[in-house]
Amino acid sequence: MSTTLLIFLVLVLVIVIVVQLARAGELLSIARGAKEGEVSAETNRALAYFMIAFLILGMIGGFWSVAYYKPLFLPAASSVHGVAIDELFNITLLFTGIVFIITQILVFWFAFRYRGGSGRKAYYFPHSNKLELIWTVVPSVVMTVLVIMGLRTWFHTLTPSQKPELEVEAIAEQFNWTIRYAGKDGKLGKRHFEKISAENPLGIDWSDENSHDDFITAEIHLPVDKLVLFRLSAKDVLHSFFLPHFRVKMDCVPGIPTQFPFTPTETTEKKRNELNDPNFMFFLACAELCGVSHWNMRRNLFVETEEEFQKWADEQKPAYDAGAVKVSLENKKDNTQDNSEKKDEQTGEIPVSAAHKTP
Amino acid sequence: MSRQGRFLFPLLIKLPDMSQHANPSASAHEVHADAHAHEEHGHHDSFISKYIFSQDHKTIAKQFLFLGIFWAIIGALFSVFFRLQLGWPGQSFPFMETLLGRWAKDGILDPNFYYALVTMHGTILVFFVLTAGLSGTFANFLIPLQIGARDMASPFLNMLSFWFFAMSSMVMFVSLFLQTGPANGGWTIYPPLSALHEAALGSKVGMDLWLISMALFIISVALGGLNYVSTVINMRTKGMTFFRMPLTVWALFFTAVVGLLSFPVLFAAAVLLIFDRTLGTSFYLSDIFIGGEALSHSGGSPILFQHLFWFLGHPEVYIIILPAFGLVSEVLSVNARKPVFGYRAMVYSIMAIVVLSFIVWAHHMFVTGMNPFVGSIFVLFTLLIAVPSAVKVFNWITTLWRGNLRLTPAMCFAIGFVSLFISGGLTGLFLGNSPIDIPLHDTYFVVAHFHIVMGLAAFYGMFAGIYHWFPKMFGRYMNNTLGYIHFTVTLIGSYMIFWPMHYMGMTGVPRRYYAFESFEFFNQYGGMNQFISVFAIIVFCAQLLFVFNFFYSIYKGRKATELNPWGATTLEWTTPLRPGHGNWPGDIPEVYRWPYDYGKDGHEFIPQTEPLKPGEKDAGH
Repeated sequence: MSTTLLIFLVLVLVIVIVVQLARAGELLSIARGAKEGEVSAETNRALAYFMIAFLILGMIGGFWSVAYYKPLFLPAASSVHGVAIDELFNITLLFTGIVFIITQILVFWFAFRYRGGSGRKAYYFPHSNKLELIWTVVPSVVMTVLVIMGLRTWFHTLTPSQKPELEVEAIAEQFNWTIRYAGKDGKLGKRHFEKISAENPLGIDWSDENSHDDFITAEIHLPVDKLVLFRLSAKDVLHSFFLPHFRVKMDCVPGIPTQFPFTPTETTEKKRNELNDPNFMFFLACAELCGVSHWNMRRNLFVETEEEFQKWADEQKPAYDAGAVKVSLENKKDNTQDNSEKKDEQTGEIPVSAAHKTP
Repeated sequence: MSRQGRFLFPLLIKLPDMSQHANPSASAHEVHADAHAHEEHGHHDSFISKYIFSQDHKTIAKQFLFLGIFWAIIGALFSVFFRLQLGWPGQSFPFMETLLGRWAKDGILDPNFYYALVTMHGTILVFFVLTAGLSGTFANFLIPLQIGARDMASPFLNMLSFWFFAMSSMVMFVSLFLQTGPANGGWTIYPPLSALHEAALGSKVGMDLWLISMALFIISVALGGLNYVSTVINMRTKGMTFFRMPLTVWALFFTAVVGLLSFPVLFAAAVLLIFDRTLGTSFYLSDIFIGGEALSHSGGSPILFQHLFWFLGHPEVYIIILPAFGLVSEVLSVNARKPVFGYRAMVYSIMAIVVLSFIVWAHHMFVTGMNPFVGSIFVLFTLLIAVPSAVKVFNWITTLWRGNLRLTPAMCFAIGFVSLFISGGLTGLFLGNSPIDIPLHDTYFVVAHFHIVMGLAAFYGMFAGIYHWFPKMFGRYMNNTLGYIHFTVTLIGSYMIFWPMHYMGMTGVPRRYYAFESFEFFNQYGGMNQFISVFAIIVFCAQLLFVFNFFYSIYKGRKATELNPWGATTLEWTTPLRPGHGNWPGDIPEVYRWPYDYGKDGHEFIPQTEPLKPGEKDAGH
């Protein structure tokens, strides 16, 4: 507490000194006969030098900090579409970087060069159609290029021409992820939010036979170089499925199924060697504010060779086989049935979510 | 009164006449009103009618400004609190417990309250400071003074506009002291998080008060906006054609138009959310299992809320930045002693931005699962809006070229504005392009982008406006030395705080994280977070210096004795040093030329009230 008080007192003292100096400065300039609304040549010069120094040091600092922080940046994308996105990012960076450097230099250089106080007259220059045409047309052309390149990448990313070889489901809730694999049949069984219970946390509809070989995991395992389609949903509030290394992000929305297809191109092992970091780990994070523990929704992700993935998948036990589920299934069957029927009477509508989630 | 205005907007002709009935003393039609008559009318003003329930646009402007400054201090203080947590997670700051009580037990910020602070920081700054505090202040102050009107079209509605804002403020302020805390679902209040009481502490009573406060606020915006629009259209003095209006008036006029067209949509969104929260409707809710039970809501869409929210939310950023455009254009031109370059292009680019601002909203929603084709349309319009913005930037830069710059604190902030608007605007080209938005969405890259381009830039515009028009508002000058310290510290700090955030965003560090301890990959920016927090505290202190300068100068600043200290052409500088209600003691001056005749034909400046010489052409036409 005493240090806080000390810091506070020092701060107050500094402010008092600054204010007193500022007041004295003003009285002095009035005594010297400074006119209202006038800025002296010295003041103009001091500020002009501040601006040019800010420009130069800022530019140096900008380039230096990129070099300094580069090791912390995301490594090269580990997915097919991610590489295209990074490329587009770099092209945009090139365009904007050039414009940024030129315009910032002009702003601060003009502020420096054309500072008042030298008795020079301002140049009356109200408009020039030619100049205005140039800086309407040039940005338009650049924007057109960026839009065309952007939309090509956009459609390639979200609507790839190949069929996915694997479907995985990620279900978000406060504050957790559950991952479901389709199992041997390659088909995810239906789910319905009203079937959710302690024994059946995803609300899987066991009457759908496709669900019987589905297995549920905490970690994500993916085979390398295979197009995988992530089917996303949320139980309670909005979440967002974010895999930074793969440039993947898609919201998980209660009631509306969403999806994201992508092809991982590097195994975890390869990435570890590449980065020379034996502890490197791909991971899943939540990117949409979902409540008080939003910052704690992590799952690890492993990319493996086809054989390793198959071996891992074969070791997983289907959720249906877990004894507790079977027992509770027998007991609860009638209850759930009742619930959904009641709902239908009330709203006159058929719950749509389960139908949407059928692959 | 301009004939042109009447032809363009016949529906609004009646408005000023109505106001005449409501308040005859403030009518703009009394061109021959006499100064003494006004002052004598004024003597029956009690303290309450003069300073509290005032109908004088200048007093209302100051009320908006004072309340805006009050909220700015609170909003900035909140950012200091959560920056302390981000810079030094888990470290104890005993003074936070003193100030926040149980929300900072042992001096460590509670995550619930961290999210409340983040939410309130956004709400306060976006709505109360940069909407009400910025356009509320300057639209009220400058529109009648610069177009040559004695007051607003309806001074009474104008007064109501402020008091609705005040009520809205009170409700929001009360929500800060609730047992369960204020709203904490982010300033965008996306349902279901904001709709379900069990989803977050802030989604209990705090969210109810947030929604009520916002409804009141929207009424305030609507009343103010109606007034600004009808005043500009109907109450311009003789000779003040549309293309003789200063760019401040153009910008404030279009700000009001955008506000009138977009805020009601947020009102609808808020009302539907209230229904979902209290009446059990399902506008935004479907298929929800929370707190151990499946809810009966069915058929709603959380994405619908986002569409409604951003239909306001995106025009809202232009509501914030357009007044700054206007203020900066004016301050740059006056202090460069040059006409603003390409006046007409400046007006047309504002118009283009206004139109486009209504068809870009879904660029906030590229990764909500929206149909990719719909997303592509919004990419097109979003990048298109960069064109008029680029025109404005190049025109400002050309306004500086070969000027004779008088680097007043206002001018410095205007130059800083151009620099920041470029920096923040260019990163918009990354985020507006949907594929690049995939990795950057909801990361610190977005935080850096919008803080620079609309937060800081709008603040710089506001500072430029305050320093520049302070003598007209209070009859005194602000202290220049303190102004320069404020500027230099703020400019350095602005870049030091937000530049590094781009790197964090490029690394994928998500925004709205209380701490990064679960993600060693994100946690490697610990040192950078401390650096940012240190500068945030320094910049906060610099703003306190500004606040001190502001209030000190109202009472002790150098007295203004010159009517037109900046050598400006516009009408507000033809009023007395401390204009009374009605602004001009004698006739309202007539206008003969555009407002940017600086340095023309060897003249330092030619006021708008000076008739054209034989054969002289008005440059605005």
